[in-house]
Amino acid sequence: MSFSILSTGRALPKTVLTNEELCSFVDTTDEWIRSRTGIGQRHICMEESLTDLAAEAARRAMASAGVGAGDLDLILCATISSDYITPSLACTVQEAIGASCPAFDVSAACPGFLFALDVADGYFARGRAKRILVIAAEAMSRLMDWRDRSTCVLFGDGAGAVVLGPGEGLRSLSIRTQGRTNVLYVPAARGNLPGRAQGPESYAVMDGQEVFKFAVTAMCRGLRGSIRDAGLSEADIDWVLPHQANMRIIEFAMSKMKIPPERFLINIERLANTSAACIPILLDESREQGKLKKGDLLAMCAFGAGLTSASAVIRWEID
Amino acid sequence: MNNFETVAKVLAEYKEIDPSEIKMETTFEELGFDSLDIVEIIMNLEEAFDLELEMHESLVDVKSLISYIESLQAKA
Repeated sequence: MSFSILSTGRALPKTVLTNEELCSFVDTTDEWIRSRTGIGQRHICMEESLTDLAAEAARRAMASAGVGAGDLDLILCATISSDYITPSLACTVQEAIGASCPAFDVSAACPGFLFALDVADGYFARGRAKRILVIAAEAMSRLMDWRDRSTCVLFGDGAGAVVLGPGEGLRSLSIRTQGRTNVLYVPAARGNLPGRAQGPESYAVMDGQEVFKFAVTAMCRGLRGSIRDAGLSEADIDWVLPHQANMRIIEFAMSKMKIPPERFLINIERLANTSAACIPILLDESREQGKLKKGDLLAMCAFGAGLTSASAVIRWEID
Repeated sequence: MNNFETVAKVLAEYKEIDPSEIKMETTFEELGFDSLDIVEIIMNLEEAFDLELEMHESLVDVKSLISYIESLQAKA
């Protein structure tokens, strides 16, 4: 027994930062950002905490599934940009929504949501849970060096959530790690011990070309592998939910796959890369737009710092 | 197809131009490629030559690309 997705939810910060607004303090242009990334704007946490966003996404998913805080057996949060280094986001969300079940975070960067689904799958397989809340939430704006125009334009903030219950929705899921720190990383907090050399500041550092190459490869191999593992062919897939890192990555992957481009769901223009939150936000938006029909086969794929990547095929079980 | 013809074909297909427009001296700058175009081309060349290619700042034109590919073919 594995799981089915019972409901979805999302929350975005109120403040929208357009490319034009960004140009007032970063040396770049709307044309440069759009042509390199496909991004037009991003939502940014100005007043909201990440716990606020994550709890809001969770409440919406729980209301939609008719699940109360007392019904939850486990809360899993995928994030790299929590409000606190400790406690985990899962703990602060548990407090915010008034739940009492075990709660912990999964740190796997952008594919974190799919890694968390894999953890959830294990709980269902062992019969340890009937209802699991999986949230992916990121305040990437905190991890950016806003003087580095090659990275700060790429990311946005947001949260997505799903409630899972026992079922056969999950058709295949695989997670992969290839330890390669130097191409994409965020240094940790430094402390203030007198006399110790200061390390780098805690801002994201990325080798764009290397990450691009890894991303395209991970996306094509991941999607093909998960589709094959599910006993399906590319033609069977109704919707692809690719990680929204860069439109150019998605377009290049589209050109290599035998899936029509119109089946790829895209929201990067409005939301930029919200790291782990991309896929559950996209899922909730697509549900709201009425795109997803019961029985549809969804292929998901994400890649990120680690380097990590993950892919899955999930049958949509919601009417 | 020799190495030059294969590289010219890959570049021309990517840029949607006639391969005859690609010369040994043609630079990526002349073709209007940005850093991500170059990654995509490198990946298309990996498929065409069945080689693993690394990104190098020295890869700036058709000539440097072909000598890099030939250096790998010599090792293979």
